[in-house]
Amino acid sequence: MAKGDPGASTRGRRAAPRTRKASSGDPELVQLLTPAGERIDSVIGPDGIEYRVDFTDEEYRGLYRDLVLVRKLDAEATALQRQGELGIWASLLGQEAAQVGSGRALRTQDMAFPTYREHGVLYCRGIDPIMPLGLFRGVDQGGWDPNEFKFNMYTIVIGAQTLHATGYAMGVAMDGRTGTDDGEAVIAYFGDGATSQGDVNEAFVWAGVFNSPLVFFCQNNQYAISEPLERQTRIPLYRRAAGFGFPGIRVDGNDVLATYAVTRQALDNARHGQGPSLIEAYTYRMGAHTTSDDPTRYRIASEVEAWQAKDPIARMKTFLEREKIADTGFFTEVDEQARREAVDLRERVLAMPNPEPATMFDHVYPNGSPLLDEQRAEFSRYFASFEGSAH
Amino acid sequence: MATETLTLGKALNVGLRRALENDPKVVIMGEDVGKLGGVFRITDGLQKDFGDQRVIDTPLAESGIIGTAVGLAIRGYRPVCEIQFDGFVYPAYDQIVSQVAKMHYRSRGKLNIPMVIRIPFGGGIGAVEHHSESPEAYFAHTAGLKVVSCANPQDAYVMIQQAITSDDPIVFLEPKRRYWEKGQVDLEAPLSQAYPLHAARVARAGTDATLLAYGPMVRTCLDAATAAAEDGRELEVVDLRTLSPLDLGVVYESVRRTGRAVVVHEAPGNLGMGAEIAARITEQCFYSLESPVLRVTGFDTPYPASRVEEEYLPDLDRVLDAVDRSFGW
Repeated sequence: MAKGDPGASTRGRRAAPRTRKASSGDPELVQLLTPAGERIDSVIGPDGIEYRVDFTDEEYRGLYRDLVLVRKLDAEATALQRQGELGIWASLLGQEAAQVGSGRALRTQDMAFPTYREHGVLYCRGIDPIMPLGLFRGVDQGGWDPNEFKFNMYTIVIGAQTLHATGYAMGVAMDGRTGTDDGEAVIAYFGDGATSQGDVNEAFVWAGVFNSPLVFFCQNNQYAISEPLERQTRIPLYRRAAGFGFPGIRVDGNDVLATYAVTRQALDNARHGQGPSLIEAYTYRMGAHTTSDDPTRYRIASEVEAWQAKDPIARMKTFLEREKIADTGFFTEVDEQARREAVDLRERVLAMPNPEPATMFDHVYPNGSPLLDEQRAEFSRYFASFEGSAH
Repeated sequence: MATETLTLGKALNVGLRRALENDPKVVIMGEDVGKLGGVFRITDGLQKDFGDQRVIDTPLAESGIIGTAVGLAIRGYRPVCEIQFDGFVYPAYDQIVSQVAKMHYRSRGKLNIPMVIRIPFGGGIGAVEHHSESPEAYFAHTAGLKVVSCANPQDAYVMIQQAITSDDPIVFLEPKRRYWEKGQVDLEAPLSQAYPLHAARVARAGTDATLLAYGPMVRTCLDAATAAAEDGRELEVVDLRTLSPLDLGVVYESVRRTGRAVVVHEAPGNLGMGAEIAARITEQCFYSLESPVLRVTGFDTPYPASRVEEEYLPDLDRVLDAVDRSFGW
């Protein structure tokens, strides 16, 4: 799918729209594609808003391609970690639909503030997928330009970025960049564990008080490392928004179509000056928290199996097959592209050079520091005194 | 030279006003900074003249003040955050040391966070607990932050403007017990010709020993030097002004000349600014020293109840006593 702006309602609607109109059975969950791959034409959300998407066949195929590529790149990164090429990796396995759906709903002018797991959103922003691997390989701390791609650096301290997003959104409003169709919106990503953090709650307060053009996008993947959702909250997370004075909605995070529809709506509300909202993308982390984690210690196999039955890619594939939007040739071609990109990624990761040691002194201060300059010079002299240290 | 007599607090107020006038991207944010003008009235009248989008009363949450300011800075604004009191900065500590300080480094220079964090710090005003602390060492220890402190109205007026125009994130420590002390302020001199922000300055010339201080203790040291002069000792007083980076050239030059150094600060001595300065002097000026570098500091206790703070805080007698010990070595 072309980057940017798919699925606007003016796009070619399929000739025979599905007539079924239903909720998912869970009145709290917006869903447009069931785990069995059945398409739901539209859903009236608990907020009274009708959620629908009207993609062309090409756009449906594009979303599927995104999901497969992101999963493959993630799997390759996991493999690289297992082979010692990355220090650690935070896999998004199972959360592809939440990330691709929300990431594709962003417009070019929108700004995103990620955690350290948003590889799918990063991909949707047009950033080379090798970028986060530098961070996890230990050769840099994230190499993309946040302003160029409208995607901030990964943030590892839990929830800290939600405040940055809120401040940025305040700036958007102060710049007068809301209130029109081409206004700007901001999205802040975080997980279920982060909702316990003070910073996230302060961000909710701020965004509400200042009516900031901001979408809080919580990927509830059910676990904060080992701690289940019950350790973070006793009510559904999306309902917390009401206490802060803005709408909250829960979407099936394994449903790329519903995630797209809900996020697009929330972003549009924000860009039109209607203030913040909270989306809880209800999903599941099928892998480990990171490659250092052992989820078999804290969750049971049957739970994982139940969620595997809700796999975001499998259901999209079933839908495409059932509706004859894609044929075997297409799926083979996508798999082949994913394989090629994974191989390419692997080769480039292995070729990533270690940074020159003295670069650790770079960019500490925009205006430099005489004490640091002195220390750098001293280090460089010392380092150069070792035979073979120059390279 | 068009000088006016202003209190240190008023000089800060006028400096902030100038910064707001000179750059539409400057925004002031904090608790009670708007209609009230801040609990010390440092932002008095600014919201009235610049509006509530330039002088922003925030919700009561320090991490939120700093964290949203980070986002505003990424957006291209120059936030000036007021932390109401020193002891209230700790809820924002994570945002300051993990986010503000490291954004430029983590982004390999692609992001600047040109933020000023104003903190009224130190004791001596008879306040209740958490209102009299000296947290400078926490911040000076953090790479990526710059830390400065003004000690007189002229510096207050100039340094706050310099801090705001700098692209470095700066912790700006205001000596709250000196807010009401008056001095001459040159309001006309252009900022471009002002004494550099990150430079120490000899506040009083002397030949016999060097007193090193910053913020509220500069006044104390100047008073001590006046008293010592009556006894025939000429003490040099260096106002460090910048705590990170330390301007050591001025320090070394002075100590090499006088041969004796006493570092004075309100913060506890253990692992404080004085420890760093003493170590540096020892490394660089060893053969010039007539005696060990001494420290006069607060004690290694939490800041005590205000009825005993006179005993806790370094005062003229403790400074002179240290000078005597230096000469008695």
